Amino acid sequence: MKRGGKTALTVNGLLVEVGGTVILNVPRLALAPGEVLAIIGPNGAGKTTLLTSVLGIQRYKSKGIVTRGDLAFPGTPPHIYRRGFSMVFQDSLLFNASVFDNVASGLRIRGVGRWEVKKRVDEQLERFGIAALGERRALSLSGGEAQRVSLARAMATSPEVLLLDEPFASLDTPTRESILDDLERALSGSGTAVMLVTHDRVETLRLADRVLVLEKGKILQEGETIDVLRRPASEFVASFAGTETVLAGRVARSGGGIVVVAASGLEVEAAGEANKGQRVALCIRPENIVLASAGRTKTSARNTYQGRVERLMPMAHYYKAVIDCGFPLVAYVTQQSMDEMGLREGLRVHASFKATSVHLIKKEH
Amino acid sequence: MDLILTGIVEAFRLLVTLDDEILRVTLLSLQISGSATLVSLVLGVSSGTAIALSEFPGKRLVVSAINTGMGLPPVVVGLFVTIFIWRNGPFGFLGMLYTPSAMVLAQAIIATPIVTGISFAAIQHLPDKLRLQILSLGATRAQMVWMLMREARLPILAAVMAGFGGVISEIGASIMVGGNIKGYTRVLTTATVMETSRGNFDVAIALSIILLMLTFTINYILTSIQQRGGR
Repeated sequence: MKRGGKTALTVNGLLVEVGGTVILNVPRLALAPGEVLAIIGPNGAGKTTLLTSVLGIQRYKSKGIVTRGDLAFPGTPPHIYRRGFSMVFQDSLLFNASVFDNVASGLRIRGVGRWEVKKRVDEQLERFGIAALGERRALSLSGGEAQRVSLARAMATSPEVLLLDEPFASLDTPTRESILDDLERALSGSGTAVMLVTHDRVETLRLADRVLVLEKGKILQEGETIDVLRRPASEFVASFAGTETVLAGRVARSGGGIVVVAASGLEVEAAGEANKGQRVALCIRPENIVLASAGRTKTSARNTYQGRVERLMPMAHYYKAVIDCGFPLVAYVTQQSMDEMGLREGLRVHASFKATSVHLIKKEH
Repeated sequence: MDLILTGIVEAFRLLVTLDDEILRVTLLSLQISGSATLVSLVLGVSSGTAIALSEFPGKRLVVSAINTGMGLPPVVVGLFVTIFIWRNGPFGFLGMLYTPSAMVLAQAIIATPIVTGISFAAIQHLPDKLRLQILSLGATRAQMVWMLMREARLPILAAVMAGFGGVISEIGASIMVGGNIKGYTRVLTTATVMETSRGNFDVAIALSIILLMLTFTINYILTSIQQRGGR
């Protein structure tokens, strides 16, 4: 969705403080028109504060300049500056009025004429599949319908930057999927840049061009979505990216592109370089682990461990197996493999994975 | 028993024939209490909203004071207004004592804290993020305040009704600052007291029925609005 050239939004030297403690420190951040930036991070990382600061709502003491198009804040009257934005929250926050009036609210605030309002509202109602609900009271809608109205209201003003604060978090999966489809269509070709706060990997993969990881108010990692999810810089990102096994350990030795890490009394080999004694976290994705019956140990993988199946949990399209091999190792197994191996809780198995499947996170202390 | 029956029959006759005096008293009541409610609407809704939307030291104290004011005894208000506008009082030069204006003033003092308190609660009850949502739609501060008031319109309307209901039925302040002067400051409540003390139960009952009907109508409208809002 990204378009080159101009920036839609630039953040410079943003610093937000509460009672002398810095809760957000973003030295620089830029968003191109049409670009979707996902903001992820643990609770209290400053994600929502980043969105409200960008919107020019300073609830706390703050420094820094945010520029939207040619308008800088502080420096532009707040409502003029904000008129290039739209925001959607987890709660749909609709007004006690009809669906039509809700979607029209941003346009009416801007003093747009009656016919133009009708045209643009109808367009959005159609786009988000709620044309039949125009006359309904907004407060009588279901969660999914209400969130569609909220998105339609946000898109009706053709924002340059759309701020989404976990808008799909409280929706069931089919509803979320269908709203995501509509939103993707609405965004494509619109030139609207998006900042999306999310806790959901699927949303991130589907929508985001880039990912920004916040932790304790600081940018921990920023990059192309796939890069960030493949090479997480923290245990939080690793688990967000779907890494089920994260082990803490210390480098025992290193050389020839292989690092040997002592973790939970065992040695694990990982591709890479590190200093001896360095504290590290090892991230192993569940789909990279191969299970075999205890008798069949032939494998090219450098890491092979004997263990016992501790738990087997059915997931949507596969089973999740927790293997106790001195440390808990999580693997995904297909139904077919389960049947072939006769996999059951308590069975002894071999678990193996390649050194290149282990992602190494070096810890500072 | 006869006394009551005769009273009721006579009362209905007075009502049906639209007795001049009763009509005048009723209209004056509506005029005075209506004006007082209008004043309290302007003062109460704006100050209730302002307090709800701002943070300042001593806010809790102010809110407690308003909540206390919601139950202000009309007699106490009557007493203080009388003292202030008494011939030798600080505002005696205005010559307001025993005028409808004095009654509007006293009733407005009674109704304003009621309207303020309920408006404050109504605005504060709105989701915190609704303010952010409105600002993110590009609203100016004035537009935001207006939209919040619109969102809280049902409880604010209830506040106004409660204020009106409070003042139309009070007597303490009206009789003290108005003086129950025939054709000038005589309202439903003060007239009822006077007629009862004279033993004119038929007129007193007629006046009471009107007062009851007015109060019932207010409550009926209020309930209808709330029911509609709840759907």
